[in-house]
Amino acid sequence: MPDVDKKRAAHRALVDAVLQGDGKASATQRARAFSNEGLSPPLAELIGKVATRPAQVTEADFAAAKAAGCSEEQLFELVICAAVGESARLYEAGLAALAALGEGAATGEAG
Amino acid sequence: MRLDILNRGYRPGTKLLFAVIRLFSGHPVPDAAKLVFYRPGFYGDRAKEFTHEAMRGPSAWSVGDRELMAAYVSKVNGTPFCIAAHTATARRAYQDGGKVQAVLDDLASAPVEEPLRATLRMLGKLTAEGTLSAGDMREVLAAGVSRQQVEDALAVCAAFNTTDRLSDAFGFEVLSPEGFEAGAKFLLKRGYR
Repeated sequence: MPDVDKKRAAHRALVDAVLQGDGKASATQRARAFSNEGLSPPLAELIGKVATRPAQVTEADFAAAKAAGCSEEQLFELVICAAVGESARLYEAGLAALAALGEGAATGEAG
Repeated sequence: MRLDILNRGYRPGTKLLFAVIRLFSGHPVPDAAKLVFYRPGFYGDRAKEFTHEAMRGPSAWSVGDRELMAAYVSKVNGTPFCIAAHTATARRAYQDGGKVQAVLDDLASAPVEEPLRATLRMLGKLTAEGTLSAGDMREVLAAGVSRQQVEDALAVCAAFNTTDRLSDAFGFEVLSPEGFEAGAKFLLKRGYR
């Protein structure tokens, strides 16, 4: 299914760019933001909200992360990593649920 | 937006482009569009490519169906900018505002075909709960949705779970209804690239 592969490939390229492309935040920090694991407060609070309850992000979350030494360029990158990371996990979870059914499940669709 | 660099940090050529767009469209450039112009090598270029592929690439789902999925996922996430933007785009794509509003108000009773309803329900559950069972997915296939359609819908879901988070985190400014209509027209004419 080349069209499906194209969507998945475009998604993979996005993930690779935010994790490994040129950036001001270290690759380690970006990976932690992407996985929403292993960051220290107050950055952990901001990134955790972006991943799981983004409507609750406030100016104060950004101010606290800046006061702790993060630049705006780094926060731009880390917030994006958190958003792309959580979405990638949802994408994988959906594809895994589909794969678990096996080819030809339910409708006789050839897959 | 919540970072000054996203309000003022653009290169001169990009600032000029924003001014030209504002002049010709009569509306400011939406924050969603601005974001992908900031250091595009980091995020914007590939985000546009993936979103365009998901929303406008080959699929058995129509453009209207996919815009409705974007609006619905945004509704589940409670993201005002994206709900309005993709409600306007879906409405315009379908030429049927009532159907779009009915889905957002109450999916169970909305006048849509069962495959689309089952797919929206699945995307909503994945977005809200972060997980799906094989049983959830079996229901979607049993409603007549092909495996490829499921994969296509999951790509839309991934694209808008990303954009919704960035909208909320960076604080995208909600536009006037006319601003969202202008954006919808642009997205149907040009897509996301």
